[in-house]
Amino acid sequence: MRIGVVTFPGSLDDRDAQRAIRLAGAEPVALWHGTHDLMGVDAIVLPGGFSYGDYLRCGAIAARSPIMAEVIDAANSGMPVLGICNGFQILVEAHLLPGGLIRNDHGDFIRRDQRLRVESTDSAWTNGFELGQEITIPLKNGEGGFIADEATLDRLEGEGLVAFRYLDVNPNGSLRDIAGLRNERGNVVGLMPHPEHAVEPGFGPNTPQAMRSGVDGLTFFTSVLKQSVLN
Amino acid sequence: MPTIVVEVMPKAELLDPAGKAVAGALHRLGHESIRDVRIGKRFELHVDGEVDAALLETAQQLAADMLSNGVIEDVISVHVDSVAGETR
Repeated sequence: MRIGVVTFPGSLDDRDAQRAIRLAGAEPVALWHGTHDLMGVDAIVLPGGFSYGDYLRCGAIAARSPIMAEVIDAANSGMPVLGICNGFQILVEAHLLPGGLIRNDHGDFIRRDQRLRVESTDSAWTNGFELGQEITIPLKNGEGGFIADEATLDRLEGEGLVAFRYLDVNPNGSLRDIAGLRNERGNVVGLMPHPEHAVEPGFGPNTPQAMRSGVDGLTFFTSVLKQSVLN
Repeated sequence: MPTIVVEVMPKAELLDPAGKAVAGALHRLGHESIRDVRIGKRFELHVDGEVDAALLETAQQLAADMLSNGVIEDVISVHVDSVAGETR
């Protein structure tokens, strides 16, 4: 399986996403924002970072870059697309996921190993988890507060589209502790925390067993591989 | 040069952490009578030639589609401001 990672001006975690894809057993393909070429990939990751310096709104300018026309078409045709942090913001600005992300309610940039509960396994990127499974992956953002109007929040809950919820603390004021979403079809997932930073023993979050041994993020990338085999 | 001004504000019902931080600083400086601060954006679109109805409509469309995000912000105003243009 070939999984593309789009690099935008200001992307930071594109190489980490490529590494996670490689460790999961797939082939990472570097994609460039300024082209209209998905290079025949089978799935796409929109990585974290600060595309366009967060100018206008986080992800707003990147969501309108040339390659996003193809990404939006592919997503609407069912191709798996994962948006991490700034990638989640880009998915929201591209209207592939609902709601919006605003500055953390406490005003500070936050970086912590964050416990999450898996709320939906009906997606290309979460099917390898158990429903209700608790995972820990890094979180690092300044504008990660998820908001939507009450009707949208009720619809997301009712249709099971909340993919991840924050546990222990709500780190950024996200409504209903929402950390990540999936779309109706289950091919598009976006979340603020960073699975690609928890994929290799020695470089992940601490666990009760050993320092930096957490690899809960790897399941995102092995899930999409499993899905491609099923298809 | 004619200028179309677009003003965008965070939705009133949403927390504006940046405005809250400024309000906190004003209170520390002794301005207790300023209860609340909200921070918005002003875009100045400098255009070639006259602003006709079609261009203004395009600007209104851009204000709604790109310059603001209707989930978190409201477009307060889209208007022609020749004075803003003349100062540049």
